Amino acid sequence: MALAESPHRRQWVLGRQQTVFAGLICAVLVIALAEIAIGPVPLSLPQILEAVSGKADPMPTAIVTQIRAPRMVLGLGIGLSLAICGAVLQGLLRNPLADPGLIGISGGASAAVVVVIVLGDLFIGEIPAAFRPYLLPIAAFFGALLVTALILGLSKKDGEMSVGRLILVGVAINSIAGAGIGFLTYISTDTQLRDLTFWSMGSLAKSGWLAVLVAVAIMGVSSLALLRFTRALDLFQLGERAAFHSGLDVMRIKFTACGICALAVGAGVSIAGPIGFIGLVAPHIARMLVGGAHRVLLPASALTGAVLLLGADLIVRNVAPPQELPIGLATSLIGGPFFLYLLLRTRKL
Amino acid sequence: MITGRNIDVAFGRKAILRGVDVDVPFGKLVALCGPNGAGKSTLLSALVGDVPTAGGDIRYGGIDLRRMDAAELSRRRAVLEQTPTLSAAFSVAEVVRLSVPIEYAPAETEALVAKIIAQLGLTRFTDTPVPDLSGGQRHRAHLARVLAQLTANRSLFGPGYLFLDEPTASLDVLHQIEVMRTARRMARSGAGVLVVLHDLNLAAAFADSICLMRDGEVACSGTVGEVFTAKNLSEVYATPISVQKTNGGPLMILPDYHTAA
Repeated sequence: MALAESPHRRQWVLGRQQTVFAGLICAVLVIALAEIAIGPVPLSLPQILEAVSGKADPMPTAIVTQIRAPRMVLGLGIGLSLAICGAVLQGLLRNPLADPGLIGISGGASAAVVVVIVLGDLFIGEIPAAFRPYLLPIAAFFGALLVTALILGLSKKDGEMSVGRLILVGVAINSIAGAGIGFLTYISTDTQLRDLTFWSMGSLAKSGWLAVLVAVAIMGVSSLALLRFTRALDLFQLGERAAFHSGLDVMRIKFTACGICALAVGAGVSIAGPIGFIGLVAPHIARMLVGGAHRVLLPASALTGAVLLLGADLIVRNVAPPQELPIGLATSLIGGPFFLYLLLRTRKL
Repeated sequence: MITGRNIDVAFGRKAILRGVDVDVPFGKLVALCGPNGAGKSTLLSALVGDVPTAGGDIRYGGIDLRRMDAAELSRRRAVLEQTPTLSAAFSVAEVVRLSVPIEYAPAETEALVAKIIAQLGLTRFTDTPVPDLSGGQRHRAHLARVLAQLTANRSLFGPGYLFLDEPTASLDVLHQIEVMRTARRMARSGAGVLVVLHDLNLAAAFADSICLMRDGEVACSGTVGEVFTAKNLSEVYATPISVQKTNGGPLMILPDYHTAA
């Protein structure tokens, strides 16, 4: 009987997954449209279409093409990539609490970005002008990569990744990065200080097209590259030893996937600051919707992350217009309690 | 055949295996027995490529183990760990499908998965999440995964080796017998099978040969009749053990509960 039921169940699961994906894609489209339409100057759909086709007045055209569209594209890219990185890290480390922010990857990227913002004047003249737009993403990538290598090296206990050590290493690295950022903030000028304060709380506001396209291209390519690891991530759920027995080069996959995550997170952090908890919350919601198989979990996490981040941005932009709250506040407000809930639910640490 | 010669394994300065010789021939079931701390699981780990050897030589049909990468090794051997784990709520079918190599025809995978799940008596749990099963059922689900890997690779690349580390530890008597029957069936179908076993009676009933270990060395090896003598077992386990021959059946190993230290 059970064998006869099995194909029906698989069909039911497949149908449910298709419905969930259709729903998530619709949600992304609706919220992306809302991100452009809703704001201190509300715009209707015909106005948006006119602005995009260049037939509208200069002001709505500028609002759509120069302010809201790059912001929406950036939010989409960061939401997708942070969520997919969170899902990959949770899978690789077999740890439901892994998140680029919590385990220190964002902290490393942030410290590197702050170094460039505060001390950049000392060496920016030495760098060819063509490379300058890429300086922040490159610095953030190396900061994130350094921290990832430290985490992988320090979290091992008897050859296996220990969840407790991972979290504590993340706390330590965040603390060290925080100290470095604090020192640089202390010696920064008034203008730098204001920039740093808003940047450190996360914001999609400073998004000109060039910087957005560079960052989104890096995040997009990284996210697509991570989709190649779905089978490996499924095998990692058996433990690293069993994954090796099944034919995986465990160390190579771990370092490659973490390196790609560092690249994606670094690109996001360099332009929008450290936006926490999307990488933690989105994969959990996606797992509840489509299950734990990574071939469906990664794309579902990515879509969920985009909805959450654009949703959070929509809220912070419109809660007290024309003032704009930092998006990091909104994501932390949702993510903090969710993290506590997960901690209380996780029996073994 | 796997041949291990003069294998040394050390963790830091502590020698765990010293000069161990072991063979795992195709078509045979070899039981690795010995008291706790004898080095059985370490020897299995060395043979499957989990731990590096400090000295000696391990060859799979003449090919040095160190020259094979993870993918190549996975085509030649499948391993069931002592305590298999799973971090995701995958169903039994999903777990069994996990270790089937990507080269195996997708159309045949479902039939193979269903067949092996049925062999292990788990058919009614096909779609049940593995974490929801009992300890014994979970263990059998992982055994099914390992058998699927071995069977699929056999059809693609020829016979391989099956390593089972205490596969009966969490099972009741009926399932202990079924698992050992499955292991012997795999051996009879051409695989080389090595099983770490604490239960000497199961080893006596199902193994073709025994490797008896003590303190990181092979105390003696050979057929069941040669190795499982009262003298050998009493010495290795440091407690009086008697061996009774049954009429046409396997040997019966009986520890002397009253005079044991």
